[in-house]
Amino acid sequence: MNRRTGNSRQRARFAWPETLRRALSPRTWLRRHAQVALESLGRLSRNPLAGLMTAAVIGIALALPAGLYAMLENLQRLSGGWEDQAGLSVFLGQDVTESAAQQLAGTLDAWPEVDAVTLVTPAEALAEFSRHAGFADVLDSLEDNPLPAVLLVTPVESHSTPATAAALQQRLQDLPETELAQLDLQWLQRLGAMLDMAKRGVLIVSALLALAVLLVVGNTIRLEILNRREEIVVIKLIGATNGFIRRPFLYSGVWYGSFGAVIAWLMVQGGFFILAEPAQRLAMLYQSDFRLETLPLLLLAVLLTGGILLGLLGSWLAVGRHLDAIEPA
Amino acid sequence: MIRFDNVSKRYPGGFEALSNVSLELDYGEMAFLTGHSGAGKSTLLKLVALIERITGGQLYLDGQNVSRIGRRRIPYIRRKIGFIFQDHHLLFDRTVFDNVALPLVISGYRHQEIGRRVRAALDKVGLLNKERVYPITLSGGEQQRVGIARAVVNKPMLLLADEPTGNLDPELSREVMGLFELFNRVGVSVLVASHDIGLISGLHHPVITLDHGRLGAPQAAGA
Repeated sequence: MNRRTGNSRQRARFAWPETLRRALSPRTWLRRHAQVALESLGRLSRNPLAGLMTAAVIGIALALPAGLYAMLENLQRLSGGWEDQAGLSVFLGQDVTESAAQQLAGTLDAWPEVDAVTLVTPAEALAEFSRHAGFADVLDSLEDNPLPAVLLVTPVESHSTPATAAALQQRLQDLPETELAQLDLQWLQRLGAMLDMAKRGVLIVSALLALAVLLVVGNTIRLEILNRREEIVVIKLIGATNGFIRRPFLYSGVWYGSFGAVIAWLMVQGGFFILAEPAQRLAMLYQSDFRLETLPLLLLAVLLTGGILLGLLGSWLAVGRHLDAIEPA
Repeated sequence: MIRFDNVSKRYPGGFEALSNVSLELDYGEMAFLTGHSGAGKSTLLKLVALIERITGGQLYLDGQNVSRIGRRRIPYIRRKIGFIFQDHHLLFDRTVFDNVALPLVISGYRHQEIGRRVRAALDKVGLLNKERVYPITLSGGEQQRVGIARAVVNKPMLLLADEPTGNLDPELSREVMGLFELFNRVGVSVLVASHDIGLISGLHHPVITLDHGRLGAPQAAGA
């Protein structure tokens, strides 16, 4: 058994170095990834209904937290718009004359905890009310102006916190001219606190639904691996690395995540489109030009990032668990 | 090309499929491996392809000791080997072309190169006109030849064949053996396991005989 042919030396050249050089070149790497990505996409398109169903489940799971979060953002934007015009309203007694009110405004303005004071005389208040639809007729029918003079007090920043503003409110309430000193911010602060809590809630829901996406992708990929068991055995036998075998499954996960993200985006945009008109009508009733809106591109970017990462992670977990177990025998 | 030094293979159940086997197949050599069924022919080939791992002795491939080589390096060793199975292991959801192209795709060849090499391999096994069909529509002999084309498309240094003619009639069997000799003539080392003594005794190559996992006396066949 010792027949060496002249060709054997030439043949040996084909083995290691060229394989290695090919495997390490960045162009090869890019070409392979593009190939595999397209191949995975092709595989999905051959069974569009099943793929679409998985993507839809992921879409719904992503759309829920995204939609809730966008809704909260809108509420926060709405309440944020009110915050800077808020302060304390000091309703003066009916017997306080305008000049006395003027004087009081001057006095309060000198207080260190007060930033600015605006006097709204009963006449001005009446004029503002009349501008609002429906009120004019009612006000015309009155003989006297029932409205008191109001001092709008804006506290300095150090007295805008709930506790310090409450102290200022008490001090204003104790003035003999005051009928009622009202802290306008209070309900806004409560709303703010509620929104903060709701945001945490959305965070929890997001975490749970992210876990659901992981499980859905993981399970889908697991079934794909089992379906292609024979193929995996064959390509392992002809020298495929684990990385090569893993790659199409990881890309499947990425595609599921991406399509899920696009579906979620369409759902959120659609939902907001449906809600936009009634929300605007509601806002008009409150004399607000508030509009319900999302930031479509930012939302899409966030959903895509989340979807792709979850898809990748889900398939990674499935592949890691199941691929090693499949060995040719 | 292949060197067994006192190689043993004991399966987890305790069954010893190979005991103290020492043999050598040189570069460019072609040999047959024969013996009764269960003698250890398949096990020996699986050890070479690193499908099974040896439990005793040393195994060298292309000058490299692969006795305890790590799992991550196995794929690169396998790319030097073309393996032909009795049941050919073709993928029935892809065309003949795509089946044969698999080893090249795995090694990351570019598109044009893949087309060129696949057609050359199909031409050698006489199936150039079938590249677009699916393997299920081919006869048993044709399927086996697709398997051979896939095994040689990567220009491996070594061809291993496990009962490649097991399901073929005598005429097709001779054709397939003729193909192996053709590749051997251009420098590929070939090791064929077959129990078809009638077929291999007509060919002029060394015969390695296994008997209950032990090496029998080498026969200078056809001499």
